[in-house]
Amino acid sequence: MSQAENISVNSSTSSSKMLLAMVSIGTVCALLIAMTYEGTFDRIAYLQDEALKSAIFKVLPGSSTMETFALTEESRFEIAADPDKTASVVYAGYDEQGSFKGVAIEASGQGYAGEIRILYGYDPHAQKVVGFYVLQSNETPGLGDRIEKDSNFLANFNALDVSLSEEGALSNNILSVKNGTKLNPWEVDAITGATISSRAITDIIDFSTKEWVPLIYRARDSFDKKSSSVNDNIGTDG
Amino acid sequence: MDDKSMITHSSGANTQSTNEFIKGLWKDNPVFVQVLGMCPVLAVSNTAENALAMGLATTFVLVMSNLLVASLRNFIPKEVRIASYILIIASFVTITDYGIQAISVELHKSLGAFISLIVVNCLILSRAEAFASKNTPYKSLLDALGMGAGFVFALFCLGAVREIVGNGTLFEISLFPGGFQKWIVMILPAGGFFTLALWLLLFNVAKERKRS
Repeated sequence: MSQAENISVNSSTSSSKMLLAMVSIGTVCALLIAMTYEGTFDRIAYLQDEALKSAIFKVLPGSSTMETFALTEESRFEIAADPDKTASVVYAGYDEQGSFKGVAIEASGQGYAGEIRILYGYDPHAQKVVGFYVLQSNETPGLGDRIEKDSNFLANFNALDVSLSEEGALSNNILSVKNGTKLNPWEVDAITGATISSRAITDIIDFSTKEWVPLIYRARDSFDKKSSSVNDNIGTDG
Repeated sequence: MDDKSMITHSSGANTQSTNEFIKGLWKDNPVFVQVLGMCPVLAVSNTAENALAMGLATTFVLVMSNLLVASLRNFIPKEVRIASYILIIASFVTITDYGIQAISVELHKSLGAFISLIVVNCLILSRAEAFASKNTPYKSLLDALGMGAGFVFALFCLGAVREIVGNGTLFEISLFPGGFQKWIVMILPAGGFFTLALWLLLFNVAKERKRS
């Protein structure tokens, strides 16, 4: 009590002056932040768009153009030029001749430190995951973040088997195994020293493929640009 | 922090303006002499690139907040000075965050959460409190540039050693093409302490030599 009284007696500045100082500094700072936000908004949106595009081309080898598809309520895929944020979207990649190379799918899950957002490519004709890229992660630098760079780990996702069984579900669960013990094409060789992060990636892909792969496989012809000619080539009925 | 800021202040009070710059780089180096801002020093110095980017981002915040604090030093009542400094520092950190995102998505990705941690870097608060609040904007600018350069230098010293020993590379260029047994521990948090201890030892031995 006495201490508190002492402080209030000793204080020479009136509270209105303090309030004025804090409010004006706050206003100036808010203005500065708002100006920076406005000034960088377009550039950041553009860069993120470019980064997403280059990530899509990275996870779908051979692709050079892309198209955004939204999932409709009847589990069909339709081209959505400007999809709203709530829609589930996938990105179809095409090569220079316009033939369909596969679908890039965004997925996320819990990593060792916070959320990991990834993008992976699925080729419905080969029934394989053909590429993988980390969009955002807070994994430990030097350890967990090797999921982004380690070439042996990334090689797991160049041809990861996600083929469907007769019932239309995934034949095999995607599993994370100890480094160097990968035997089957649906297993993922974990990174030594980054076991939790490796397993997190495996779980994210396992969970996401179980949801998306059957849907996309069933609707795989709707992604073809020249659907008539390509349909002739494939000649199969789902 | 009080002890150290007193020393810094008295040593910087009567010197010429060029010395305001030089002292941060060497004599009062924020990391090797004042041992301030240890959180980012230990956390982000695992590669040379991260260390440099983090050092430059911190320097930007330091320069801008020192300038603003020095300009407003007669306007901010002393009772609310710490709150005001934090407000100013946090604003510039947010601006830096947007700025880095606008420069490169890749760079923003590699620095991750460390950018927002600049807010709690006590180096910046200590410069605002110990120097900028008592000196002209011009002197504060020089002080911030010097301290920032010293911080970048120190972070680079740690980052380079840790990346070379812990990963066999420098700026992601392999230095030992013939194969190299990586000291994984050096890029782990523990390696930060080891490297910092070695540099502090080196600096203190050099200081002792000079004195005798």
